[in-house]
Amino acid sequence: MSETLKIKDLHVSTTDGKEILRGVNLEIKQGEVHALMGPNGSGKSTLGYAIMGHPGYEVTQGSITLDGKDVLAMEPNERARAGIFLAFQRPMAIPGVKMADFLRHAATNVRRPDRKEGEELIPMREFRKELNQKMEQLRMDKEFARRYVNDGFSGGEMKRAEILQLAMLRPKFAILDETDSGLDVDAVRLASQSIADIGGKDMGILIITHHEHLLEHNRPDFTHVILGGRIVETGGPELALELHKQGYDRIRAAYPEAAAADAALKENEPAGAH
Amino acid sequence: MATDVAAKPKFGEINKYDFHTDSKAVFKARKGLDADIVRQISDMKSEPAWMRDFRLRSLEIFNAKPMPRWGGAIDLDFQDIFYYLKPADRQGKTWDEVPDEIKKTFDRLGIPEAEKKFLAGVKAQFESEVIYGSLKEDLTRQGVIFTDTDTAIREYPDLVREYFATIIPPADNKFAALNSAVWSGGSFIYVPKGVKIEFPLQAYFRINAENMGQFERTLIIVDEGAEVHYVEGCTAPMYSTESLHSAVVEIIVKKHARCRYTTIQNWANNIYNLVTKRAVAYEGALMEWIDGNLGSRLTMKYPAVYMMEPGARGEILSIAFSSAGQHQDAGAKVVHCAPNTSSRIISKSISKNGGRSSYRGLVKVESGARKSKSSVVCDALILDSASRSDTYPYLEIDEQDVTIGHEASVSRIGEEQLFYLTSRGLSEPEASTMIVNGFIEPLIKELPMEYAVEMNRLIELQMEGSVG
Repeated sequence: MSETLKIKDLHVSTTDGKEILRGVNLEIKQGEVHALMGPNGSGKSTLGYAIMGHPGYEVTQGSITLDGKDVLAMEPNERARAGIFLAFQRPMAIPGVKMADFLRHAATNVRRPDRKEGEELIPMREFRKELNQKMEQLRMDKEFARRYVNDGFSGGEMKRAEILQLAMLRPKFAILDETDSGLDVDAVRLASQSIADIGGKDMGILIITHHEHLLEHNRPDFTHVILGGRIVETGGPELALELHKQGYDRIRAAYPEAAAADAALKENEPAGAH
Repeated sequence: MATDVAAKPKFGEINKYDFHTDSKAVFKARKGLDADIVRQISDMKSEPAWMRDFRLRSLEIFNAKPMPRWGGAIDLDFQDIFYYLKPADRQGKTWDEVPDEIKKTFDRLGIPEAEKKFLAGVKAQFESEVIYGSLKEDLTRQGVIFTDTDTAIREYPDLVREYFATIIPPADNKFAALNSAVWSGGSFIYVPKGVKIEFPLQAYFRINAENMGQFERTLIIVDEGAEVHYVEGCTAPMYSTESLHSAVVEIIVKKHARCRYTTIQNWANNIYNLVTKRAVAYEGALMEWIDGNLGSRLTMKYPAVYMMEPGARGEILSIAFSSAGQHQDAGAKVVHCAPNTSSRIISKSISKNGGRSSYRGLVKVESGARKSKSSVVCDALILDSASRSDTYPYLEIDEQDVTIGHEASVSRIGEEQLFYLTSRGLSEPEASTMIVNGFIEPLIKELPMEYAVEMNRLIELQMEGSVG
């Protein structure tokens, strides 16, 4: 049965009190692909963090539910075990922890949501086999599994590691936060193809992106435009193409209140942050 | 009980080292420290006069020396400690010869099992005496000596006397003097020229009784071109009163020989662990200290390597973990006395729940020790705002033509790292443990597999319940 991730009137502030999302409404069903586009600093990454439960953001109003269950009441690890996944724009390095060890813990917990610390993990042989298979499909070197999580990875390697995690954890809902940034055209194409292979009717995907390349193999059923912390317009794949070609001028003109909020948000922000 | 040993401790399980057995002592000296007690210990051991005089002289030095004014706070009443307890009439050559209650203790600690699997020899010390000893036959045939230091004085008096207290004289420091006065047990190892011992020799030190002080004395001589890996483990049950463990370890690594000394110290949190460890390395020799400090109330320990001749090398890798009520003041000391000597110090410390870890290290290069190299890396990881980490690096360089490197870092487990791991389904304790294990991984991978597993398991036990 298809499940739904439902976001209603979501308001989110940073812990120092700056409001970033100002009433986001979004519904994603398993099997659907949604694109979320918007200028820098409009709140795209914040939405991803809020869905996953980042401690640096506070939900001040609204709700997130997964098939009726209150996601906001869950810890990040419970959200992961409930089937939500966030591919990070900037994944964290965990020195000394091998990708394979990390993934084995993660995959065990996600597949056995009731598992407690210290309880058995997926048998090593079985896990290795699956991991090797997935890495082969993603055209990743076997050596990757023995490297420390994101430690000394290039930008491209980090993004591919995120896609590998997506493949291993097979969530019901995946939020991909600029999984294309920092990649060259060929790498984006490979990433796009990989995501399409991993997805399917059991996975709802929210793709946060500036470009349409990532959407090449992941034709969005819906495209949402976020501006000033609110989704101002929703359309089909043609909207993504339009924004990519023509930018956000038409959107800003059509929604002056959101455009003003967007400008205000950026004024208080150091250059380069979002 | 033996079946307990194999079971992997789960989170939430009580500390498996925190138990004591009702063992009846064969002889127990009265509490306190004076010349009579020292004479009594010497008499019990039927020692030669030179050793008895050495002990009495050391007691005078101990009484004359002030308490150290640096390191950690020592709140000990030296008169409220038992200095000597003899747990058994004689030492067993098989575990069946060991009194039942004591054998049970070591069963629970997994020693006989480890012995069968991967050790070349074992010594088990319970309170003041070594109650069990073994050495593989082929090593005995090759002339390897692995015995307790008391037996060594009887059986190899000339060899012992040539080296005993030459590396760490009683006047070195107050606790070396104390050990010299009341020492009992410890390992004596001699590896003849060219003999390379493939598997580790292990000693296990167990304090069982309350208010018991343990003062073992270890002397290791690795002759030219020989190799040995010696491992020591230490545990004790938790009592409400403080106890003292104060060992002296002296090592001589001759020309082109190698010695690796690994410690996994997991004393109960009521034990003051004040230990002096020092090695001298001669031409082309390598001395490695691998030092894991997880338990104790206060540990003050700075394993040292004196590089006496050209080409000698010293390496000291240490891990310290301090939790509530613990202070690990640990580090390393390297002294370059000859040209072309090299040393490496890597120290990793973890502090949580108000624990305090300090790195204290000395790099000394004497004039004339040209082309010597030394590198020091110390990294500290702090798990919460109640915990503390300090670094006290000392450099004494009296030679121009040297290469010295020092790096230090302090980090806190970042909210972002925790979020990243928990967003993948790891619970917070699991994520913290993973970050900590990753932090010490560069050192763990230097250990033989069995000890690496043991260290990781101990870290997991320490991490238990550390978050939320």
